[in-house]
Parts: sequence; C-alpha cells; structure tokens
Amino acid sequence: MIALSDYLTFSAILFGLGVAGIFINRKNVIILLMCIELILLSVSTNFVAFSRYLNDMNGQIFVFFILTVAAAESAIGLAILVVMFRRKKTINVEDLDSLKG
Amino acid sequence: MNVQQNLFYVFSSLAILAGSMVVISKNPVRAVLFLVLTFFLTAGLWILLEAEFLAVTLVLVYVGAVMVLFLFVVMMLDIELASVREGFAHYLPLGLCGSVLVIISLIYAIGPAQFGLNVVELPLSHSIDYSHVKELGTLLYTRFLYPFELAGILLLVAIIAAISITFRDKKESKSPQPNQQILVRKEDRVRLLKMDTWKKNL
Repeated sequence: MIALSDYLTFSAILFGLGVAGIFINRKNVIILLMCIELILLSVSTNFVAFSRYLNDMNGQIFVFFILTVAAAESAIGLAILVVMFRRKKTINVEDLDSLKG
Repeated sequence: MNVQQNLFYVFSSLAILAGSMVVISKNPVRAVLFLVLTFFLTAGLWILLEAEFLAVTLVLVYVGAVMVLFLFVVMMLDIELASVREGFAHYLPLGLCGSVLVIISLIYAIGPAQFGLNVVELPLSHSIDYSHVKELGTLLYTRFLYPFELAGILLLVAIIAAISITFRDKKESKSPQPNQQILVRKEDRVRLLKMDTWKKNL
C-alpha cells in the first residue's frame, strides 16, 4: 500500500533537486527556469496527494491554477530571456550586473 | 507488493533520476528532454492518485506547450557551453549540502510518523462510473468561477506581455504614431467642396 508520506517524500526529493539546481547552475538562466518548473511540479504533486488522501477536490483546483500561472511565468520568462540575449549576447547570470552600484 | 506499489516505485525513482539529470546534464537541450521525461513520469504518479484529468493536462500543457517553447528557445540561442559550465564544480558542494539539508529536514517533518498509513489511512478507490472531469468541472464552474475567469485574464495578460516584450519595431511597421497623429490639422484632411444643387429628373 502506498502511504501519503511516500508521495510527500518523493516531492520533497524533487523539490531538493530543484533547489540544488538553482545553487549549482548559477550561470545559465534557462536551467534556472527549468529548476523553477521542477519545484512547481513537486509542489503540485503535494497538492494532488493531499487532495486524494484527504478526499477534498479543492487541492486539485489549486493545481489547475498553479499550471496556469506556471505557463504564464515561463512564457514571459523566456520572452525576457530572448530580449536579454539579443541585447547582451549572453545568458550568464553574472554578466547581468548593470544595476550594481 | 501489488501492481500500484510497483508502478509507484518505478515512476518515482525514474522521475528522481531524470530530475537529477536535469540539474547535472551538460547540454541544455538534454536537460530540457530530461525535464520532459520527469513530467511524463510525474503524470503517471498523478494517474495513480486518480487525478486523470490533471495528468493529461500536465502532459498536454507542459510537455506540449511549455517544454516545446523551452526547446525552441534553447535551440535558437547560440550558447557556448564552456562559459555556461564554468563554476559548476565550485558551487557543487554548496548546492549538494543545501539540498540534502532541505530534503532531510523535509522528510523528518513529513515522514511516516506524521503521514504514514496508520495516521492518514488509504482512501477508497472511486467507483467505475466516477468521472474526475465532471467533479473538477462542477467545482471549477460553480464555486471557483471567479478565480477561473481571473486565470483566463492572467493568460491574456501573459500573451500581450510576451508579444510586446519581444516585438521588434521595424521601419516599415504600420503601427500608429500618436505624436504625429495629434499634429494633424483639419485643413490637411478635410476638403470642403462647393456644389450647385440640382434636381433629379424622375
């Protein structure tokens, strides 16, 4: 039998992988965006698991909205990325220091 | 071990493997493809949780739209891999320590002692004529109608924002220029004619 804690552990590991990816890939904005997607996926899995085990559909509605917001976020993020590459010819995070005093 | 348990372990272990390949793979294209694999396997887990519609939506929206957009951008941008990779080994211990700390503390908080089978019991599986889409749709179009419409507006705003950010102004563009438009006088546009009146022969 699969317990709720199994699903929660799975999504905790996925969340940790996403956090580690943000720490490790400090150079590449695309990988950073993908790590954010990974984190959102783990959180959505949490919502679905709780909604199933507590027999409450509201959690799955929440996942629906998370999917919407994540799609909008990645579309705008990639648009910003394309414009940034066009102007600066780089996607390295450490080259983006023009706001530094 | 029944079938569901076997499927759970296969899906979750492969998803974790694919997720770690997303983080450590050298080539961004391969990272995107591994992320696609992670989404597919997680959709399998959601089907095990009897959320079929959300699993299908995950595959259609994420794999079909968002990941293809990622792949498109990754392949379009000309990134030299060497400069992207430098500093990888430098941050690796810090990242690993941080994430292992996060995972251990999370598992301590949500482990079998808190959410095990003897605390949260296994829910009954739904009957064969249960419709997940119907259940979700009833809730979405009655109780959550207002947030649903707000989500639609959010998507519209995202479309407009993405287009206006990436739009490149061309010389031959037909877009109106308000500063020129307000300088127009009546004499430039309107010509008053004097005509004799005449009667039409019927």
